[in-house]
Amino acid sequence: MDITGRKLFVKALQEEGVDTIFGYPGGTVTDLFDELYRQDGIEVVLPRHEQGLIHEAEGYAKSTGKTGVCLVTSGPGATNIITGLADAHYDNVPLVCFTGQVPLALIGNDAFQEVDIVGMTQSITKYGVTVRKREDLGRIIKMAFHIAGTGRPGPVIVDIPKDIQTTAGPAEYPASVQIRGYKPNDTVHIGQLKKAYKMLRAAKRPLILAGGGVNVARANEKLLAFAEKTQIPVVTTVMGKGAVPTSHPLYVGNSGMHGKYAANMAVSQCDVLFSIGTRFNDRITGDLNEFAPKAKIIHIDVDTASISRNVVVDVPVVSDANLALEKLLEWAETKDTEKWQAQIAAWDRENPLEMRRDHGMTPQMIFEHINRTFSDAIYVTDVGQHQMWATQYLELDAWHQLITSGGLGTMGFGLPAAIGAKIGNPAREVVCFSGDGGLQMNIQEMATAVACGAPVIICVFNNYYLGMVRQMQQLFYGKRYAATCLRRRKSCPKNCKGPNEACRPYTPDFVALAESYGAHGIRVEREDGIQAALDEARTYRDAPTIIEFMISTDEIVLPMVKSGNPMSEMILK
Amino acid sequence: MKNRWIALYVENEVGVLAKVSGLFSGKSYNLQSLTVGTTEDETVSRMTICVMSDDVTFEQIKKQLNRMVEVIKVIDLTDVPIHMKEILFAKVLGISAAEKQEVFQIAQVFAVEVSDVGNDSVLLECKLTARKNNELVALLKSRFRKIEVVRGGAVAIESVSISDR
Ligand SMILES: Cc1ncc(C[n+]2csc(CCOP(=O)(O)OP(=O)(O)O)c2C)c(N)n1
Ligand SMILES: [Mg+2]
Repeated sequence: MDITGRKLFVKALQEEGVDTIFGYPGGTVTDLFDELYRQDGIEVVLPRHEQGLIHEAEGYAKSTGKTGVCLVTSGPGATNIITGLADAHYDNVPLVCFTGQVPLALIGNDAFQEVDIVGMTQSITKYGVTVRKREDLGRIIKMAFHIAGTGRPGPVIVDIPKDIQTTAGPAEYPASVQIRGYKPNDTVHIGQLKKAYKMLRAAKRPLILAGGGVNVARANEKLLAFAEKTQIPVVTTVMGKGAVPTSHPLYVGNSGMHGKYAANMAVSQCDVLFSIGTRFNDRITGDLNEFAPKAKIIHIDVDTASISRNVVVDVPVVSDANLALEKLLEWAETKDTEKWQAQIAAWDRENPLEMRRDHGMTPQMIFEHINRTFSDAIYVTDVGQHQMWATQYLELDAWHQLITSGGLGTMGFGLPAAIGAKIGNPAREVVCFSGDGGLQMNIQEMATAVACGAPVIICVFNNYYLGMVRQMQQLFYGKRYAATCLRRRKSCPKNCKGPNEACRPYTPDFVALAESYGAHGIRVEREDGIQAALDEARTYRDAPTIIEFMISTDEIVLPMVKSGNPMSEMILK
Repeated sequence: MKNRWIALYVENEVGVLAKVSGLFSGKSYNLQSLTVGTTEDETVSRMTICVMSDDVTFEQIKKQLNRMVEVIKVIDLTDVPIHMKEILFAKVLGISAAEKQEVFQIAQVFAVEVSDVGNDSVLLECKLTARKNNELVALLKSRFRKIEVVRGGAVAIESVSISDR
C-alpha cells in the first residue's frame, strides 16, 4: 500500500535508528513536524536559531559517532545552516540535513522562501540533492545516510519540496543502496603499507603525526598500541589531540602554529614522519618549503584527495586509519628510540608550555583545576585564544574527549556543540570553553539548554576583547586595536592602547544573563575562586551554568608561529 | 603547465554540470573547455574537459572529480590514443569578390565545408581538432577585417586503432 512522503520520512528515520533530530519548523516542513509529533521514538530538539541547531547536531555527532540529523524550513531556515555545513565539511562530521523546499511547480519562480540551497552549498557538502519524484524519496534518504557516514564522513543535504511530503508513493525504505559513483575505500594497499613500515623501521628519529582522522575513525587504541610497540613518539594536530592519552610518556604535544616547542622541533628534526589522518593544513605546516625538511614523509588517509596535496609525500597510503593500523600492528617491532626521546624531552625542558604564576589568574590555572576536577567529561571549545589554551593545557584520554571547530574555526560553535554533546551523552559531564566574543554568537542557545535540561558547564574566558585578533594587533600591527575591544563605546578615544580607568562596564553581564535564562551564573575573579566555582557548577543538574573567568586582557597564546613562517621559527616569549 | 584532457562519466541529473564547473572555479583550476552530452545510456552523461595545469594540480583535479558522488568514472586522455574533434562555425563578413575566392581556397586547404554564402560574406563549418581550429581562426583573423566565430569545445573518444588529436 502506498504511503505519503511524510510518513516515509519518519519511517526512514526510524529504520536508520535515529533517536534525536534537531529541528526548527516553518511553512515547508510543517507536514514533517506533524508526522514527528505523532510518534514517540524520535526526540525533537527545538533550538533557538538554525545555526545553533546545526552545531548542536555536530556536537551530537562528534561525541557519539552517530550521524546528526537536522530538519529546517526552506529559505532562511536553510541559509541559516550554511555555516554549520561548512564547519561539518571541513571537520568530517556526518550530518544529514533535511531542508523543506517550495512545491515542485514553484521552484525557479522566486517563490516565498525559495532558495536553491543545494546549489548554494555544493562546495561545502559531501552530497546534496533536491527530491524531484516521490518514488525517489526512500532511495535518496538511504543514500544520504550512507554517504554521510561512510568513507571520509561529511554533511549531506536532502531538499524535500512540500508536495513530495504529502504525495502518496511506495512505502518501502530500501535496506541498502548501490551508488555507482561512490565507493569509499575499504581496503589498504599492502605493498605501500609495507614500504611505509620499512621506511619507519629504518628511521633513527621517527615521529608519528596524528590528525583528526584518528579521532574520527576512533582508531585511538590502535594508534596507542602501535606507538607503544614501536616506541615512536607522537605529536598531534589540534584536531588530533587526544589520539593518544596526553599523559603518555610517548606523547609530545600539539604541533603547528600554537604547538609546543618540543613538538615543532621534533617535526623539524625527525627523519621519518609517519602522518595519519591529517590534511597538512597551513596551520600545521607553516612555510611548506621548510616543513619537516629532514624527513621522508609517510601519509595515511582515507581520502585520496588529501594525499600529496599540500605536502609532497614519499609514501602515500590510501586507507582508513583502523585498517592500516591493524596491519601495521601485525608487523610492529620494538625500536630503540631512547636517544631521540631524550632529545625531545630536552627540548621540552628548554621551553616548556607554561604561563607565569605571579600575576593573577591565568588560563593555565583554570585548566589545571579543570584537569583535576573531571574524571569523565567531554570538553567543547569555541574559537579564539581560549580554544588554543584548551588545546594546549587540557589533559585528554579515553575518558576525556575534545570537540572543537578546527578546519573552519567557527566562532559560535562552542555552546551549541556542547548542548548537542550533552544530549547525546546525558550521563557524561560536558564542559564548554568559550570567549566573551564567541559566546555571544549563539548565546540564544542557553534557552535550548534550559529547555532540554542539558546542564552543561560553560567557562567563559572574559578578556574584554576578541583576543585572538587582538593578539595579532599587539604583535604585528603596532597595538592598533581596530574593532577588537568589546567594551568600546562611541565616547572612547580612537587610539586606545588597552584597558584603563575610563573603560565602561562589559555588556552583557554574563551572570545576570545566565540567570535571566533560568540558568546559573558564577563570576570568578581570582585563582582561589576557581575550584569552588567548578564544584558548585557540578551540583546543578537541572540547567546549565555559566562561569565567567575574568582573565587578563594581555594574555597571549604562546608559542606562536607567524602565519606563513617555518615551524621552527617560534615566538616563545 | 600544459593542456590536459579528461573524459568524465557523470550521472545525467540536474545540477551535475554546475557542480563540476563549480569545482573548477572554486578551486581555481584553469578550465579551458568543457563539453557534455548523454551517452548510449541516457542515465549517463559524458564530458570532455580540457584543463591547463601542472602535474601536481592535475593529479588533484582528477582526485577531486573522483570524489564527487555524481562522478562515475574519470579517464585521463592526455597521453592515450584518441580521436578528438571540435565543431566550429566561422563567418567572414564584409569581403570583396576576390577575398571571397581566398576564403574558398582556405576552406579547401583546411578541408572544411562552406555551408552558406551571401553577397559579401561566407560561412565556414569546421570539424577539426581544436588545434587546427585555432590555426584556422588565427589565419582568418590575420587576413580579414571582420569575422565571427562560435565553437563548441572538443569532444574526444578513445581510439579503436589509430589516433587523431
Ligand atoms: C564567525 C567568525 N567570525 C570571525 C572570526 C575571526 N576570529 C577568530 S578568533 C576571534 C576572536 C574571538 O574572541 P573571543 O570569543 O572573545 O575569544 P578570545 O580569543 O578572546 O579567547 C575572531 C574575531 C571567526 N573565527 N569566526
Ligand atoms: Mg575574548
